[in-house]
Amino acid sequence: MNFSLPYLSLLIALPTIGAALIGIFRIKDENQVRKVGVLFAILTAALAILMAVNYDSNSYSALQFVEKYNWIPAFGTSFALGVDGISLTLIVLAAILVPVVLIAGWKESEGQRGSVRQYVVLTLVTEAMMIGVFAATDVFLFYVFFEAILIPMYILIGRFGGARASYAAVKFLLYSLVGGLLMLVSLIGLWVISKEQFGAGTFDWIALQDLQIDGTTQNWLFLGFFIAFAIKAPLFPFHTWLPDAAGEATPGSATLLVGVLDKIGTFGMIRYLLPLFPLAVDYFRPVIIVMCLIGIIYGALLAIGQSDIKRLIAYTSVSHFGFIALGIFAYTSQGLSGASLYMINHGFSTAALFLIAGFLISRRGSRFIEDFGGVAKVAPLLAGAFLLAGLSSLALPGMSSFVSEFLVLTGTFTRYPVPAIIATTGIVLAALYILLMIQRTMTGEPSEAVRNSVGELNTREKVAIAPVIAIILVLGFFPQIVLNVVNPTIDRVMILVGATDPLPTQGEN
Amino acid sequence: MTAYAWLLVALPLAGAAVLLLGGKRTNAWGHLLGTAMSLGAFAVGLATFIEMLAKTEEERETTIHLWDWIVVGTFHVPVAFQIDQLSISFVLLITGVGSLIHIYSIGYMEHDENRRKFFAYLNLFIAAMLVLVLANNYMLLYVGWEGVGLASYLLIGFWIHKPSAATAAKKAFVVNRVGDIGLSLAVMLMFSAFGVVTFGEVNAAAESASTQTATWIGLALLLAACGKSAQFPLQSWLLDAMEGPTPVSALIHAATMVTAGVYLIARSHAIYEIAPIAQTAVIVIGGITLLMGAIIGTAKDDIKKGLAGSTMSQIGYMILGVGLGPVGYIFALFHLITHGFFKAGMFLGAGSVMHGMHDDVNMRHYGNLRTAMKITYVTFGMGFLAIIGIPPFAGFWSKDEIIKAAFSHSTLTGVVTLIGAGITAFYMTRMMAMTFFGTARWQEGVHPHESPKTMTVPMMILSIGSAFGGMLLLFVGNIEHWLEPVVGFEHPHGGPEASVLIPVTLTIVAIGAMMGWVQYAKREVPVTAPTDVSVFTKAARADLYGDAFNETVFMRPGQYLTRSLVYVDNKFVDGLVNGTAGLVGVVAAQLRKTQTGFTRSYALLMVLGVVVIGAVVAIVGMA
Repeated sequence: MNFSLPYLSLLIALPTIGAALIGIFRIKDENQVRKVGVLFAILTAALAILMAVNYDSNSYSALQFVEKYNWIPAFGTSFALGVDGISLTLIVLAAILVPVVLIAGWKESEGQRGSVRQYVVLTLVTEAMMIGVFAATDVFLFYVFFEAILIPMYILIGRFGGARASYAAVKFLLYSLVGGLLMLVSLIGLWVISKEQFGAGTFDWIALQDLQIDGTTQNWLFLGFFIAFAIKAPLFPFHTWLPDAAGEATPGSATLLVGVLDKIGTFGMIRYLLPLFPLAVDYFRPVIIVMCLIGIIYGALLAIGQSDIKRLIAYTSVSHFGFIALGIFAYTSQGLSGASLYMINHGFSTAALFLIAGFLISRRGSRFIEDFGGVAKVAPLLAGAFLLAGLSSLALPGMSSFVSEFLVLTGTFTRYPVPAIIATTGIVLAALYILLMIQRTMTGEPSEAVRNSVGELNTREKVAIAPVIAIILVLGFFPQIVLNVVNPTIDRVMILVGATDPLPTQGEN
Repeated sequence: MTAYAWLLVALPLAGAAVLLLGGKRTNAWGHLLGTAMSLGAFAVGLATFIEMLAKTEEERETTIHLWDWIVVGTFHVPVAFQIDQLSISFVLLITGVGSLIHIYSIGYMEHDENRRKFFAYLNLFIAAMLVLVLANNYMLLYVGWEGVGLASYLLIGFWIHKPSAATAAKKAFVVNRVGDIGLSLAVMLMFSAFGVVTFGEVNAAAESASTQTATWIGLALLLAACGKSAQFPLQSWLLDAMEGPTPVSALIHAATMVTAGVYLIARSHAIYEIAPIAQTAVIVIGGITLLMGAIIGTAKDDIKKGLAGSTMSQIGYMILGVGLGPVGYIFALFHLITHGFFKAGMFLGAGSVMHGMHDDVNMRHYGNLRTAMKITYVTFGMGFLAIIGIPPFAGFWSKDEIIKAAFSHSTLTGVVTLIGAGITAFYMTRMMAMTFFGTARWQEGVHPHESPKTMTVPMMILSIGSAFGGMLLLFVGNIEHWLEPVVGFEHPHGGPEASVLIPVTLTIVAIGAMMGWVQYAKREVPVTAPTDVSVFTKAARADLYGDAFNETVFMRPGQYLTRSLVYVDNKFVDGLVNGTAGLVGVVAAQLRKTQTGFTRSYALLMVLGVVVIGAVVAIVGMA
């Protein structure tokens, strides 16, 4: 490992450099700006994949590609980076989605309040911070990225979104900041306790695992982190900012927001809540599982009731985040691995849904389902791609999402049969919300307006969406590509929290 | 050849991929490629079958492990195919009937601008159906299970511009998903109880399982079977599925996919054998559906819906058969295969009639077609004789055995199957008479003509199967002996002797057929359906109010619920979390007024953050 590249710093640096170049040289030509942006995004993606290839999934060390630089020694905080299987796959997800989003959303930044240059710069800055938040192994550094990422995202929503964009952006910011503040309080609490127990305060994630914290204190500290993560993920009832934000943001920004940024919440649950506050997790688990179940069903029912395509997709995510969190708090290897895989799959399938919805919306000039109908007749390829994205969202076997959803359900069932049975109703509701939307937008005779405005996918759009659909299908049949990387990390988490999988209740197997 | 069995799936899958990705460029030869891929799969299946015949009974079951699909903790699912007597029988049925229907579709879909896409979906279906029957575990079966559901969705909604087709497609998928809850729960129960999900291991573990566990698994699997096989109470989608092109109805909604529930229960036989409650439930569901489907069949004027009711009913027989245990498995599967021949043949016949009648499906506009469409008449007639169970046609052998086994279970079960046989004879005779006999009631401008060779040849081949298939399988193929190693077999005990039962059955069939003949061939059939009919006819025409029930109990309240939740989420949940909606509204409004609102609010909250930090440090530090 000594000779390995400092992958993680490079991954944070590359998009930052791209953004800086565009900013410093004040490139005027809009296409030039976008090309530079895409170039740096692709370089970052290539580097992330190279890192993933070099990741040793047989290693038992908690973190790989570890880097540590002094930052504020007085606070016991350092610029410490490293990845485990889960953060590695999330970084790869982010790095693949950014070029896809930039290519797919080539034109979505035109004619907005902000300029194309701002859009590309902000997207690259967001990417750098997303990688940072997953790579940070110092809890304070994590917090800094966690908060800082709100700024580019806030501007992306507010200046490039729809009619109610500023309202949505402020709502997103306020929710996130409230969560962040609560987390900050807990963070300081952790630091103080570490100072008492170790003599010197630290924010080092691995060191903090050795703290001995009593149950009551754990509960309070847990709440600060949990609410921050539950807002981010988002879980019911903290979800109401998401439909507004994702509905108003451009499809590209909505993809990054829901597909990657929201994963910080569920990632944080596995990374921080489980190892640092195991007693509190046990204490709050029943409540959280109820929140997950409500989210699964409530989100799906609300998705069925939406008339706006983007809000519909946002509500499907509320349902899906319920599944992810359910898998996490089921405390089984199937549940946790399933949740980790779910994060990746949900990223890709949400990207496909939002981006193709974006293609539709930009053609027709409307987000409302009622303005469509009969698209399959005028643009069969577009309709087919949208159907595939929808099938991925409803977790059709053969698509990657099926594997993760089933792992979550099975992993939950072995420990909590009744919640798992309740969650299973989500699979019927998912079929309803996706197929109703497909029926209303794609089938029937196209209206005059649809006929005149909705054309077939162009080459740029095909280039953007093809890799996403290919990944969804490949991971559907070869999920071990991700699971092999994730499983050892999950095994470590299980040992850390002292959980073991329930044994088969019967038979000699 | 067994080692190459993966080709069974790979060939049609490749066909579908080429046709879908190739797009318009493949229009000219797409139908030929699709048919070739299906025939190729049939050839591989046949070679595998012949190789299996040469082996001794013990060596016939082989598993081909392709790769590890999902491995997490002890949850271990391979992509592996199980080639045994049961799966190979299905492979031959699927690829054999499937290839005939591909050939038929070349003619039937000739003038459709999307013919290439149609063949792509047919290939996709064949691939998925083969995954379903070849899988060696419940998870991989699940892939085929929903894969055929997807193909069915795409093909029911093939004429996507028709709103009725789009609605029917969605309904089929959603109702099937209700059934899939059962499959999901069954797999979860198996893994939780036994720690395994392959057929072999689950059946082995079932031997030492508790009755309660087996009962739950059995009921969950039954729910799955109800969805896919259109059994009560999840039957309503099948009649609507007739919106799809007729070859689809023949292949998917008669011969193969809808029988998957029967296959699933037969595969899980060890579970059911220790769960008498689940077995009884299977029998009850099968019995109810066989009567429901037959009753619906008596009142339909749409030839395809009549056949769809009949399919429900015939699958009811099969489900009832597998519910009987080892006395019934083999004959249920036997009936599944003969039904595959005669029902596919009759659907293709119906398609041929529609082809000659300007796509009119109303039998009241038919009549006397035996003069205009001789081949269709004869081939359909063979299917007719087979389904009502006239010896020596195929259905006689298989249905008769189910009736016999049903009587060995209980007299009530036996009587239900007998009544079903009588009603079947009635509605099939009605269909036969309204279509091919009586006076011509053709609409203006309709000039019935026989269909082209690509359509009639497959019909002829299937009619040969309808005529001789039963005897071949029973006497030459020795199907009891063939399938016994997989599902087990016992001779039925008790119940009336065959020498009594066969004449009784035939008498009941003859009475049913006579009633149909007298009413629909001897009397004039009104061109418009009479409205002054009994409540029973009205109920049968309305599919025994299955849809009305679904609408009242699920759809309307569901719509109301989603609408109110949207309101609640916007008005209350949002407000609840915001503390008070008004406060946040005011804050937001204030922030919006300032152009640089974001920096200010951020700065404000940072200040707030610092204050909090200071306070916490101070308090904790003092403590």
